[in-house]
Formats: sequence, C-alpha cells, structure tokens
Amino acid sequence: MRLTIHREICGYCGACVSVCPEGALELIDAYLEVDEKCISCGICTKACPLGALEVDHEGRL
Amino acid sequence: MKDAYDILVIGGGPGGAMAARTAAEKGLSVCLVEKRPAIGAPVRCAEGIGKELLQEFISPDPRWISAEIDSAKIIVPDGTSLQLDPQFAGNEVGYILDRKIFDRELVWKAAEAGSDVQVKTRAVAPILENGTVKGARLEFCGKVKDVTAPVTIAADGVESKFARWCGIDTTIPIRELATCAQYLLTDIDIEPHTTVFFLGNTIAPEGYIWVFPKGERSANVGIGISPRCCGPGRRPKDYLDRFVADHFPRGKPIECIVGGVPVCKPLQTTVADGLMVVGDAARVSDPLTGGGIYNTMFTGKLAAEVAASCIAQGDCGCEALSVYDKEWRKSKMGKAIERNYKIKEFFITLSDEKLNALVKSISHINLKEFSTFTLVRELITRNPKLLLELKALKDSIS
Repeated sequence: MRLTIHREICGYCGACVSVCPEGALELIDAYLEVDEKCISCGICTKACPLGALEVDHEGRL
Repeated sequence: MKDAYDILVIGGGPGGAMAARTAAEKGLSVCLVEKRPAIGAPVRCAEGIGKELLQEFISPDPRWISAEIDSAKIIVPDGTSLQLDPQFAGNEVGYILDRKIFDRELVWKAAEAGSDVQVKTRAVAPILENGTVKGARLEFCGKVKDVTAPVTIAADGVESKFARWCGIDTTIPIRELATCAQYLLTDIDIEPHTTVFFLGNTIAPEGYIWVFPKGERSANVGIGISPRCCGPGRRPKDYLDRFVADHFPRGKPIECIVGGVPVCKPLQTTVADGLMVVGDAARVSDPLTGGGIYNTMFTGKLAAEVAASCIAQGDCGCEALSVYDKEWRKSKMGKAIERNYKIKEFFITLSDEKLNALVKSISHINLKEFSTFTLVRELITRNPKLLLELKALKDSIS
C-alpha cells in the first residue's frame, strides 16, 4: 500500500501538501515529493483537483 | 545574499512582498526568498480584490488591472439571479488583477525599498536554537546556505511547510480545503464588468463556480468545491469541464490552473519564538469566498510592523511577537473571517431547493442598503420555514 503520484496529471498546486496530516508531502517548484513519513492514509487523494494521487484504499476514507 | 538579516521572508507572493517592503521601509535589513524561478508564476488565484481594500496598500495601475468590476451576480440552480452592487458583494469584486504583473510589482517595490530578493531559493529547514527560530537553511541551485535572522516571516502559501517544521500544526482539515480548478477562457460572451457566482450542489458541491472577467471577451472561469464530494470523475476539473461545455462551449482556454484554498479557521497561533506566519500559510483566507489577496497583504504588512518594533526592543520571543497575532484577530479582517466562517458553515448545509427559495425571496429588493446582518434578518422575515436555521446563523454573527 503506497501513494502513487501520477506526474503526467499533477498540476503541482500543493493542495495535497496542506492536508497531509504527517507532513510527508512537499512541493518543490513543479515537483511533488513524498517522503517516508507517508502512511498512505489517502487524504491527499481527496484534495487533489485533478486526481493525480492514488492509494490502494481510497474508497475506504 | 548575506549571512544575516534582521528579517528573513519565506515566499514571494503578496504577503511576503508586503512584509519585505514594510520591513525595508522601516530601515531593517531584509531578504525575501522565493522557491519558484519566477515571481508571479504560476498564478493560483481568481484574482479578484475590492477596490478600496487594494488601495490601502498600492495605487491602482492599469498595467496589472485586467478588469474593473461594478457589480456581482449570484445565480442559483433554478436560474434565479441576484444582482449585488460591489459594496454589498464584499471584498471580492472591484478589480480583477493580472497577478503575474501585480506580484512582480509588489516585489519590485520591496526591492526598491532595499530588500534583497532571491528566486529559485527554497527554505529546507528552520535554524532552531533552544526552540527559537533563528533563520533558515536555504537551498539554491544545489548550494546550501544558512541565513540567520531574529525574525523569520513564513509567507509560503497554502503548501506552507516552514511553520510546521517550527512546531505549529498547519494541517488543513480535509473538509475545510476548497479544491479548485480554473481556466482563463477567451473568445466568450460575458458581461465584462460583472462577476458571476453560480451556486448549487449539482454544479459545485459546498462551493461555487466563478466567472471573473479579464477583458471584454475573456474571463477566469473556475470552481472551488469540498473534497468530501470528490472522487473519480467528480474532481474540480470534471465539474468545471461540464460547466464550461454548458455555458462556454466555444471558449478557448489559454491557461488551466489548479489549487487549494484554505476555508478553515486561521491557525491557532500565528507566532512562535522568532517566527511569524502570514497569508494563506496562516490560513487567513476568507472562509466564505476564498478570497485571500487583501488578507495576505494585510497580515504581511502588519507582521513586519510588529517585527520592526520587537527588533528595536531586542525581544523577538513569542510573547513580544504575539502583538501581531492579537492585532489581526481583532482587526476588521479578523472579525470578517470569524463571521464568514459561520456563514460558510450555514451555507454548505443548504439544499438546492433552499438556495433557490432564499435567493428568490430577496431577488426583487434593493440590496444597496444592506449589511450582511440586515440581509440575514431580511432572509428570516421572508423565509419563515427556515426560521430555525437562519435564527442560529443570525445569533452566531450578531
């Protein structure tokens, strides 16, 4: 179970960064970085305006 | 860039620029760093601001004003529309800016006042000494440099990390982020001096669609909605595409942007030892409208003013800096955030039927003489069936 960033979809807006409870995401100019603090909770997948983020269990939120 | 300044500003948007300019004008040494390679891009904004509000900070200049707005229109699901004059429509009409130029102008003014400016320079960590923020470790083009300052101002926007690294919880509750998409559409038929807001749970659940003119035949057409209502095929861009297909099928997008807008309560605290947080990073955007340009400029300027007096007195601890936190909370802006948060909480509970009924009930009266409070009172007298809900709203904002 892990977070997948679809970089061809990502609009590098940082909406996901602002809702991440673990502080695991960071927007570096036009590149979204995810670090080992990610717990695959899927909250960020809901915040993304484009649907660029995916974890296995989004439906359970 | 020197090794030490009086004030280090993280972020080159309107909040950071106002902070840097204000600090420089007060004779302080200040450096503003922006992680992106260019000030003003990419735009993440619908670009509306009230005329009088803007003029608190800068004289209007046609170089960065895309359109002047003299009225606003709200359209509910059954097609009923409510026309508001700009005074009543609040802070989000007046000018539609060209943020690419506007943001540069503000940073130029900061630079002219004496601030150093660095682009493509990112804060990667705070410098902490016994829990006190003493500046930041900066990274630019593969180089790393520590820059110290008795006060660091975090103006790093919705995706802010700096305050979090310093121990302030900045996480926006997922239901209190507006997730947004916007096209700059050209070659469309619009009213070039009217902003239009479309409401309704089918087209924009817990949010709205905006049409903000950028010229005679072009406009920012965007949407902000609750992530609670999102899923595959129901993302902001999906909703927006359906709206555009319906309303502007021949429009040509020359820009497509996305973003998140805080519609939560502001941070519990916007100061720490050696640290001040402003603008979207402090979550001070308007929870009802999502507007944030004025609020970020206001907090940026105020933070620098308070920082200047704290530096002069040689005490930049949390207690001393908290004058800033107290001041903005009791300001007109702070009060408006508090009130509009409550109105937003009411607004998102409304069904389309209730929205229709409410707007219909007041669509034929002259609103020029109304304040938010008298509007709610008017709604109550005209909507006895909604008495309980409206009464609660009235009590909460009175």
